[in-house]
Amino acid sequence: MTTRIVELRRGILKKNDELAAGLRDRYTTAGVLVLNLVSSPGAGKTAFLERTLKELKAQGARVAALVGDLETDNDARRLASSGAPVRQINTHGICHLDAEMISHHLEGWELADLDYLFIENVGNLVCPSSYDLGEKIRVALLSVTEGEDKPLKYPTMFNSADAAVITKIDIAEPCDFDRVEALKNINEIRPGIRIFETSAKTGAGMDEWLAYLAEERASKNR
Amino acid sequence: MHELSIVASIVDSVTESLAPYPGARVKEVRLRVGALASVVQESLDFCYGIGTEGTALEGSRLVVEVLPVVLHCKPCDRDVNLDGVQSFRCPLCGEPSMDLRQGRELDIDSIEIEDEAEVKA
Repeated sequence: MTTRIVELRRGILKKNDELAAGLRDRYTTAGVLVLNLVSSPGAGKTAFLERTLKELKAQGARVAALVGDLETDNDARRLASSGAPVRQINTHGICHLDAEMISHHLEGWELADLDYLFIENVGNLVCPSSYDLGEKIRVALLSVTEGEDKPLKYPTMFNSADAAVITKIDIAEPCDFDRVEALKNINEIRPGIRIFETSAKTGAGMDEWLAYLAEERASKNR
Repeated sequence: MHELSIVASIVDSVTESLAPYPGARVKEVRLRVGALASVVQESLDFCYGIGTEGTALEGSRLVVEVLPVVLHCKPCDRDVNLDGVQSFRCPLCGEPSMDLRQGRELDIDSIEIEDEAEVKA
């Protein structure tokens, strides 16, 4: 009987990371800007994305979306009303999207025909942070109904984000939302992050958000 | 919450690495997990028991080394350890930094195995 130590020194999610790296290469080659939207359930990802898709379509941009949920295709049907191609990914109990699911659901789509691809992750501020989907921009959303300390409670997600979106600002006042505190907390966890204060209902903050998307897409093609 | 997926990935990786050691039993699996990896040790331990059942890892110990977040502070020109994950500022000078040098790891460091035959690795 021999006991031995075998050094492995490998990432547990190496398989996902490799798949994500392959996806990132594909996105770059195709010239499509890919965003991964993450938030807790009910933060307003779908409403925000619905408005974003509609406004981008109105500008003549070519957009598509993948939307992850445990069950139902309700969100895909909602988003499809924008006229953009949308596919639902049902994870059947799995709490996050992974690179393999994305790869599988992109089959048959010509990425080079797209300007923007949005991936709406499963509503969950914990697990999706570990799974790279090859996106260029990870967007963490926070609604005014959730409490200003959400970034402090879920530091991994906010720290790994490239942009933050505060949603539902039209109801900030009745929610006693402390805007200054929320901005401070986001910056404490992710110094220097771009923050957008938006309402999908009134359209507030959408112009700034759309300008940011255009900038990011342009910088990608440079 | 995704600890069961993580355990499944550990089982796959470790099982693969056992190929040169036929019949080997795994005694211990050592992980290096960053403070920002959003893995809960209790949940991982619980899932480990379930996820390793019927595999070469069944009954093995899971040892987790937690790594603090290390930031590079530009003004101080050095790497600094953070005590927690509530503020990404240099504890020496207070400057915020997003230049992370450690803290996101989710790695299998090594495994301890027991096998019957002497095998040339």
